[in-house]
Amino acid sequence: MTQVTANPKPSSNIPAVKATQVHKAFGSLHVLKGVDLTVMPGTVTVILGPSGSGKSTFLRLINQLETLTGGSIEVDGELIGYKHVNVRGEDKLQTLNEREIAKQREKLGMVFQRFNLFPHKTALENVMEAPVHVAHMSHSQARELAVQELERVGLGERLDYYPMQLSGGQQQRVAIARALAMRPEIMLFDEPTSALDPELVGEVLNVMRSLADAGMTMIVVTHEIGFAKEVADQIVFMDGGVVVEQGGPEIVDHPSSPRFQDFLNHVL
Amino acid sequence: MQEKNNHSDGLDIPNRIDALPVRHTGPVVAGIIVAFVVAMLGYGVVTNSRFEWPVVWKYLFNERVLAGIWWTLCLTALSMIIAIVLAIVLAIMRKSINPVLRAVSWFFIWFFRGTPVYTQLVFWGLFSVLVPKMSLGIPFTSIEFWSVDSSVVMTSFRAAVIGLALNEAAYLSEIVRAGLEAVDSGQEEAAQALGMRRTLIMRRIILPQAMRIIVPPTGNEIVSMLKTTSLVMAVPFTLDLQFATDAIANRIYKPIPLLIVASFWYLLITSILMVIQAHLERYFGKGFEARSLSSGPAKGAGDSKSVSAKDKEEINKKNDATLLGLNA
Repeated sequence: MTQVTANPKPSSNIPAVKATQVHKAFGSLHVLKGVDLTVMPGTVTVILGPSGSGKSTFLRLINQLETLTGGSIEVDGELIGYKHVNVRGEDKLQTLNEREIAKQREKLGMVFQRFNLFPHKTALENVMEAPVHVAHMSHSQARELAVQELERVGLGERLDYYPMQLSGGQQQRVAIARALAMRPEIMLFDEPTSALDPELVGEVLNVMRSLADAGMTMIVVTHEIGFAKEVADQIVFMDGGVVVEQGGPEIVDHPSSPRFQDFLNHVL
Repeated sequence: MQEKNNHSDGLDIPNRIDALPVRHTGPVVAGIIVAFVVAMLGYGVVTNSRFEWPVVWKYLFNERVLAGIWWTLCLTALSMIIAIVLAIVLAIMRKSINPVLRAVSWFFIWFFRGTPVYTQLVFWGLFSVLVPKMSLGIPFTSIEFWSVDSSVVMTSFRAAVIGLALNEAAYLSEIVRAGLEAVDSGQEEAAQALGMRRTLIMRRIILPQAMRIIVPPTGNEIVSMLKTTSLVMAVPFTLDLQFATDAIANRIYKPIPLLIVASFWYLLITSILMVIQAHLERYFGKGFEARSLSSGPAKGAGDSKSVSAKDKEEINKKNDATLLGLNA
């Protein structure tokens, strides 16, 4: 059901995402305290960590749903949120306007914990929305694409259902199809299975697994340790707004820091 | 009812309970009391000669009364249409990132909500006294390309429509704003993540969902507007239903039967509006209401993941809860 024919990006030396000393504060609340992370194209990065560790905030920064307080993030070698301008011989950062930000977001697809499907639109209309109104595709072309994406996530028979008529797992798969329809280079998953009943988690993870197999660059915030071990190329453990430990999937079995060890004991 | 349902499911349940329903004495007692009061009032209304029912009948379809209904409907429809458009613009301005637009919207609402509609109507009636001539030219100079007498443009009907519309827009925009704010913020984020821009998100995602919340109170506002039109004598506009029945009453010295005539028509129109409102609510509730899956989209034949009856029931329950919340 989940045959993915995605676009394996030609591996290059430019990181898909490169975060340098990222800080984020909400008022006086210092959430991220200098996070460095590099994600290479075609790889899967899983971010683990207790709630409140700042992992979701970090993901939202990449997609500019929050604005940086300090540091920088580059997507595909391009600085996000700002551009360098020359003011009287001095190099300054100029905040990007809405159009430029929307343009940068087109490279990124995002899947949310609470699905955030448009409830007044059917599954098909949810997936067609951005191709028609952002990418300016023709209606028939977008429909064809949307059907294809929904079939890819195994929902070819649910095209005309409204989100409320679908189970949580089905809704999340529609959300994945909706993001994929914009042909993103990088997919961001913000706890995609945390709002699901346990028996529905598998179907969403299956879709994500096949997406990873097809070579999609993915950054996944999740509590699914099993998925992380099996699919991730890189695992990052965050706590208290910093990266505590980072490495290949083997670090789950052999954590070196006591905090990661402690976290794993609680989750597993 | 409940008993019937129990047996109509066609299931073979060997130990099906066949019990008598709970006895409710409340409805019986209330029914007797209400029937008694209604009978008493009805008797009084029919036998009291001062209601003058023959006069009511004589003027119910009077030409001037029927014309009054027409003008009242025109005033209501036109001023509501203008008010709704203006209210949406004001509400979006109020939520804009542009501080100037926010301030303009705030000022408009402050002014038009802060003064009585009657006062505003008198003011619009006096517009051509205040500004006798309107012209198109270069401001602060005497250069003029075109000009017109205000009294020609500002007929008493137009003055009435503008007066009612501007006042109503101020109230409605607060309703619209509440509707916009009630849409989950995740909707905007999801749309942003897809590369959609603010105006597009507002038009395609937020506003359609806000409509579900906006429509019921707007229905109320239309009903309220229908009755507020009876104040247009302040302009003065003299063709609406209230003025028409008043004029007849003053001529024949019989105020009570003509008040009944006016009430009858206002009530009838209000009732029709309620039916229309119910239809609109259903339309904008798309995707939120419980649809019977069998009559809804194509059934996925042999799909093991089709939504079970239990899920459906849960969806129904959730919807009932939302609807209740809305009506409360």
